[in-house]
Amino acid sequence: MAALQAAEKAPAIAVKPEAVLLRVENAFKYFPVSGLGGLAVRAVDGVDLEIRRGETLGLVGESGCGKSTLARLITALLPVTAGKITFDGQDITKLRGRRLRRIRQKMQMIFQDPYASLDPRMTVGDILQEPLDNFGIGSVGHRRRRVQELLRLVGLNPNFTNRYPHEFSGGQRQRIGIARALALNPSFIVCDEAVSALDVSIQAQIINLLQDLQKEFQLTYLFIAHDLAVVRHLSDRIAVMYLGKVVETADRNDIYERPQHPYTKALLSSIPVPDPKVERERAPITLKGEIPSPVNPPSGCRFHTRCPIARAPGVCSEQEPALEAHGAADQVAACHFAGQA
Amino acid sequence: MATAIGIVQQVDWDVPEQTGLWSDAWVRFRRNPLAVAGLAVIVVMIVLAIGARLPTNPGGLWHVLHLTGDPVQQEVTNTYALPSLQHPLGTDVLGRDQLSRILYGASISLTIGIVVQFLILIIGGVIGMVAGYFGGWIDNLLMRFTDIMYAFPDLLLVLVFVAAFGPSFWSIFIALGLVYWVGLARLVRGQVLSIKEKEYVEAAIMTGTSPFKLIVKHLVPNSLGPVIVTLTFGIPAAIFTEAALSFLGIGIRPPEPSWGVMIEDGYAGIFADPRQVIFPGIAVALTMLSFTFVGDGLRDALDPRMRR
Repeated sequence: MAALQAAEKAPAIAVKPEAVLLRVENAFKYFPVSGLGGLAVRAVDGVDLEIRRGETLGLVGESGCGKSTLARLITALLPVTAGKITFDGQDITKLRGRRLRRIRQKMQMIFQDPYASLDPRMTVGDILQEPLDNFGIGSVGHRRRRVQELLRLVGLNPNFTNRYPHEFSGGQRQRIGIARALALNPSFIVCDEAVSALDVSIQAQIINLLQDLQKEFQLTYLFIAHDLAVVRHLSDRIAVMYLGKVVETADRNDIYERPQHPYTKALLSSIPVPDPKVERERAPITLKGEIPSPVNPPSGCRFHTRCPIARAPGVCSEQEPALEAHGAADQVAACHFAGQA
Repeated sequence: MATAIGIVQQVDWDVPEQTGLWSDAWVRFRRNPLAVAGLAVIVVMIVLAIGARLPTNPGGLWHVLHLTGDPVQQEVTNTYALPSLQHPLGTDVLGRDQLSRILYGASISLTIGIVVQFLILIIGGVIGMVAGYFGGWIDNLLMRFTDIMYAFPDLLLVLVFVAAFGPSFWSIFIALGLVYWVGLARLVRGQVLSIKEKEYVEAAIMTGTSPFKLIVKHLVPNSLGPVIVTLTFGIPAAIFTEAALSFLGIGIRPPEPSWGVMIEDGYAGIFADPRQVIFPGIAVALTMLSFTFVGDGLRDALDPRMRR
């Protein structure tokens, strides 16, 4: 567990504590691999993160870097292996049963796959009424009206309550998923790749809907995606994850204009430029090799095997860099040579 | 909240065509002629079986209506009779009316075949659900026990149970239930394991659904399709096993007629009068075939991958 100690430094960001809605401190999630003698997939390997009230924090990274696992730790769908997650001043990693359920009233999730996230055996009305039933909110008649109101809120016909999910298109289903997340009037919503499975035209509609709802209900979002263009449009701040760790966090504009971590730079340069002339001239940074196995991550900086500026063997393959202030105010990066090359 | 209404441009108001899940399945089922024929045969057989057991008269409604003879009354001067108006399928070695015995036997076979499924559903369903839902050592324990039960030959195990309880209708019923739950338990466990990983289950947990409601409202309804199919295929298996047990002389006791008992009775004189074996044999075969066709139809109708 050397990694545990190495990452135990306090996060370098200093924000007024009351402004922070959710704080992840040194969170770990290891999935044991059976039959491999104590080996584990280190899906989340020492993550520090804070989400401030009313903001949208974009979380980006390649597939398999632990984004979705982190989302499930934050929403307490999975227990942490180690670490602390504080929501509204309460450590949710210790909560069980009824007290955990109470937290869920304030914290909801929108899922990736609109075809898997709605129970095919339930009508839309039942799906939307379930959260209200679970918490005994209002009378039965009130709940029914609330369901129709929710449907209207997400731009669906309120008379759809007796329809089944399979009768709807992907975009419509995702709206139903959003309506369900809103049913309990939460203050915080995790969007786990909420638009990745949709057509580009539908993506724009759903993103606009999410923004409208955020304004209307003062929502805080954690918006997870692997598409930097989508995240840029929506986020106030952006965190970049690589192989179970956050490697850089900064204000949206700072991260796009002055990326400090070489991995962030590589991600940004992978966005195609709309102007074909510019696109032809520019030389995107291509990373060599594959994303390493999270069962046995590289020593030192875990990006050094693919990093264009790494000094390995050397400090990069020997010492794990901590998240430290680099570049703009409120910008942190975990790199020995942050901002160079 | 009322002020919030209308903040979104209403973009997705088109009304999709309404189709319920079960009515959808029924439409697909009806497209399969063999399954519909099987269902028709089963319905007719159930009506005939109920009629054979109705009023107080031992021959039932059909005897009262003079359509058949009496299933237990012996006409010692009229054994091995050829089919006639009075005895449409002739008589057996003791001069009892064959048709009425087959119809009476249908009531026993169908009752055992269908009622046993409820016992299988309770035992196999609960064990599979508990193993799949809780996982860990509970799953391990229950599934190893299931494996052990699975390792015994079915018929042998049924024989052991029937021998232990003594031959009667109820001991066959319990023995079949105690042996045939194994397949269903495995099926339900697999279903629950896969459904548990679905995002809609996570969503239900997120919205504060209690474990009990999660099982009743999400896990059970979503594993129902394959369970219904398996139970339907279980009916002919149970009917066949009952016939085999009765044929071996440890099932339904004479003079109560069951198809297995009749085949056993006729077996002695099979060369003298093969009809004694052929008619109850056809009854067993027709029933099993019908349930198998219905099971095939249900499987295709309930399989979500078959949906357009």
